Amino acid sequence: MLNASLKELSALLAAKKVSSVELTQTFLKRIDELNPSLNAFITLDADKSLAQAHAADERIAAGKAELLTGIPFAQKDIFCAKDWLSTCGSKMLANFSAPYDAHVIEQFNRAGAVNLGKTNMDEFAMGSSNETSFFGKVKNPWDVSRVPGGSSGGSAAAVAARLCPAATGTDTGGSIRQPAALVGITGLKPTYGTVSRYGMIAFASSLDQAGPMARSAEDCALMMNVMAGFDSRDSTSLEREKEDYTRDLNQPLRGLKIGLPKEYFAEGLSADVACAVDAALAEYRKLGAETVEISLPNTRLSIPVYYVLAPAEASSNLARYDGVRYGYRAPEYGDLTDMYQKTRAQGFGAEVKRRIMIGTYVLSAGYYDAYYIQAQKLRRLIAQDFEAAFKQCDVIMGPTAPTTAFKLGEKSDDPVSMYLSDIYTIAVNLAGLPGMSVPCGFGENGLPVGLQIVGNYFAEARMLNVAHQYQLATDWHLRLPPLSGEE
Amino acid sequence: MSLTLDDVKRIAHLARIEVSESEAETYLAQLSSIFGLVEEMQAVDTRGIEPMAHAQDVVLRLREDVVSEANRRDAYQAVAPQVEAGLYLVPKVIE
Amino acid sequence: MQWEVVIGLETHAQLNTASKIFSGAATAYGAEPNTQACAVDLALPGVLPVFNRVAAEKSVRFGLAVGARINRKSVFERKNYFYPDLPKGYQMTQLELPIVAEGGKLRIQVGEYEKDIRITRAHMEEDAGKSLHEDFHGMTGIDLNRAGTPLIEIVTEPDMSSSAEAVAYAKRLHSLVRWIGICDGNMQEGSFRCDANVSVRLKGTDKLGTRCEIKNLNSFKFLEKAIDYEVRRQIELIEDGGRVVQETRLYDPDRDETRSMRSKEEANDYRYFPDPDLLPLVVSDAYIEEIRSALPELPQAKRERFMGEYSLPAYDAGVMTASREMADYFEATAKELGGEAKLAANWIMGDLSAALNKDGKDVADSPISSAQLASLLKRIQDNTISGKIAKEVFAAMWNGEGEADAIIEAKGLKQVSDSGAIEKIIDEIIAANPGQVAEYRSGKDRLFGFFVGQAMKASKGKANPAQLNDILKQKLAG
Repeated sequence: MLNASLKELSALLAAKKVSSVELTQTFLKRIDELNPSLNAFITLDADKSLAQAHAADERIAAGKAELLTGIPFAQKDIFCAKDWLSTCGSKMLANFSAPYDAHVIEQFNRAGAVNLGKTNMDEFAMGSSNETSFFGKVKNPWDVSRVPGGSSGGSAAAVAARLCPAATGTDTGGSIRQPAALVGITGLKPTYGTVSRYGMIAFASSLDQAGPMARSAEDCALMMNVMAGFDSRDSTSLEREKEDYTRDLNQPLRGLKIGLPKEYFAEGLSADVACAVDAALAEYRKLGAETVEISLPNTRLSIPVYYVLAPAEASSNLARYDGVRYGYRAPEYGDLTDMYQKTRAQGFGAEVKRRIMIGTYVLSAGYYDAYYIQAQKLRRLIAQDFEAAFKQCDVIMGPTAPTTAFKLGEKSDDPVSMYLSDIYTIAVNLAGLPGMSVPCGFGENGLPVGLQIVGNYFAEARMLNVAHQYQLATDWHLRLPPLSGEE
Repeated sequence: MSLTLDDVKRIAHLARIEVSESEAETYLAQLSSIFGLVEEMQAVDTRGIEPMAHAQDVVLRLREDVVSEANRRDAYQAVAPQVEAGLYLVPKVIE
Repeated sequence: MQWEVVIGLETHAQLNTASKIFSGAATAYGAEPNTQACAVDLALPGVLPVFNRVAAEKSVRFGLAVGARINRKSVFERKNYFYPDLPKGYQMTQLELPIVAEGGKLRIQVGEYEKDIRITRAHMEEDAGKSLHEDFHGMTGIDLNRAGTPLIEIVTEPDMSSSAEAVAYAKRLHSLVRWIGICDGNMQEGSFRCDANVSVRLKGTDKLGTRCEIKNLNSFKFLEKAIDYEVRRQIELIEDGGRVVQETRLYDPDRDETRSMRSKEEANDYRYFPDPDLLPLVVSDAYIEEIRSALPELPQAKRERFMGEYSLPAYDAGVMTASREMADYFEATAKELGGEAKLAANWIMGDLSAALNKDGKDVADSPISSAQLASLLKRIQDNTISGKIAKEVFAAMWNGEGEADAIIEAKGLKQVSDSGAIEKIIDEIIAANPGQVAEYRSGKDRLFGFFVGQAMKASKGKANPAQLNDILKQKLAG
């Protein structure tokens, strides 16, 4: 059952072979056993989860079930869920019980899914290793001395170790795809504007996008059917027809044109990752696809552009954490300014403060044009690179991350080297394109490698098809990490 | 451009983050190396390029002018650090 | 030394929408603290702004009413600063691309002259909450009901050169925003408040002096007094060899002086940037034309029409167009009277305004309707009563004693135009005052008034004055 797909779980529930309560209990028990060594969850609330499971069982009995009714999902702790602690991985919100549901949570609730718990994450989604969480580091189930990636590291580790059937994540610069790659699961960051950001605690508003993290592309497609859709409460939510993301899963890949950006296979890419990606590309050729070399000449600039724009937006988005209306307030302070300064100095961790400082600086008088405006202009150039590339190919492929999972602590004192590990994922956010990571083998230390698939705007169904066909031909996505135990 | 300790302190104050002298030194080193990375951008000629604020070229949607939110003061203030008589309390504001 | 005063005004007018500019919370004034502050207004984690269409409509209506260019694309930006009444840590405003661009103007009248005040721009922004400084154990209480209320900030060129001009502009603007229905104009509730940028320079110099900004003037009287004080302060400062420092000042009405607000000044760096949670606001030509076609006749056009169509003097036409209600009242009265509009204007400016002021009423709530006033004035026109008697009838009407004709009838106030009756009264007076008659006849012309007074008194004011004059002249001539 642990390796069952969402479809299989749904069939078991429909056939009453298992109840939602039993399923939920099974996963809660696994969490109980394995979470202490992984630290993938911040908040668990068995009573709430089981109450939802009971309701789901009644709904199934009444014949009103949808496909995901009764299935437990882990929710990244960036989503506000009514009466659940919603901490965003920060001391600032450690006691914040959300008075409302995020759109994503509402959509899962509407579908009758069970909230299994809130997963650990880098504080305010700022990080690539899940080491910045106030609630402690998350460990990679393939090797607990290594990072699971970030910022959706808790969701990634939970899915990889099968502590939950699937989870949600968010991706501002790679935060779904990079951890998915580092723990060997499938993750999708949709086109910007596809999933409502309402109730998703903001990091960088123009880049943040929620998406599914699951064991397979098919599962991601089923979750997208629930998560995506117009929401009037998010002004950047796109008004589009509701689509069925599973519709193209079974299309053959014959004639598929895969673009391989030469910049993604250059210096900095470790040999074992390159090797696994090459093998995956060979598999695609076997499936009838052809590969063409393309160029994304401004790739190199995506890191500086991102590290101007994202902190700029974040510095303003995080100004609301001031100790006045909710969240942490310093226990001792003098005047108002002192209250602000102590609250924010104590409530935020080092990486968040660093990014707030960067953002404050690049927006300040005299630097705005040189940094912020220049970065927005380069953002356009980066988007135009993709526009040109998609004239030559249907999807773009390459490595998700330059290396497999690195050691805990290895990069935590060197922000620049940490930032550089996002080199392949960031440009996709800047352009607002959809991107995926799919497990495609293992590297030197038996650690998973992710293949990144980037599609044109709104090409999610096609990308899921491309990933699904690969997963029909390979079994990388079914490999279980040692920590997950035997089924 | 090189960052100074005074810059770091000024930014920290603008961002309302208390920093000690030694923290300021650490920030100076880290921020300087990050800005070293960012400097790469300056070499690119971007004359005539329109800044890109959003991924999609779409315009603002307009909401009807309808009151849709009821009073939920109790729920909202349940998570507040300090309230009295329905007000949020803060250290004295001097005008 | 001859000094010249230079004033520009920035006015915050609250747009009278039902809900807030970016949330569905109510904007009604006077609610219990924080009961109209929803999740978006409180800046809870994860909430997002959604823009109120009526705020745009009303702003465009304003722009068109002053003849300004409307930006087809405008952008909301974040003005970042920390203050407890600002929950997000930034205020949403429009800096680079405001909805109302240049080209607007407003004509003011001050005494004998008229002047156009140029409007530089007008942009939408959100209001902040309120800090309550009563003592809560040495702390300040924050009420966020007002946070997110839509405002339009209207900025002028430094075109005013006296407090009188500034007040005339502020009154004109106040009248206009109510006229076009975008703001209730309630100054006590803070719906309309001005910041004045004031500087002085030696007459004949081109360069502007250093200006000070006086914040939050919420009455015309305070606007006038604050400017007058500030002008005196700056002139005295310079004449004593000092220098004006650019700063924000606050007017203290109790002490009638302005004082520096340096505490709020501290090295502000607002780090404006376009709000990434919102997209550009784009308005089409068709949208603008639709709003233009729904505009009422505007004060300036109406004033000119009143001067032409009703031959009103400029001053009267200005007063008659002080508000839309006033203009409607005047025009309805004048139409009933069939031509003698000046009589209507005189009565509206005189007895009606005095009575309204006394009872603290607005012309829209006048107990005497325009039709009722017209029926009274008709009795003056047709000589049924004199203007003096009409005042008495007006007072009775105001007290709810009935229609003009009924009151005239009941009180027997009809004018006496029967020459026989008037002659009889005059004969009696001549007979009773032989001494005065002799004096008059010997050349003391000014005694004529005495006889008029006596005769009027005897007729209880009802004698037709013209007739009385004629007959009295004849009889006294002997």
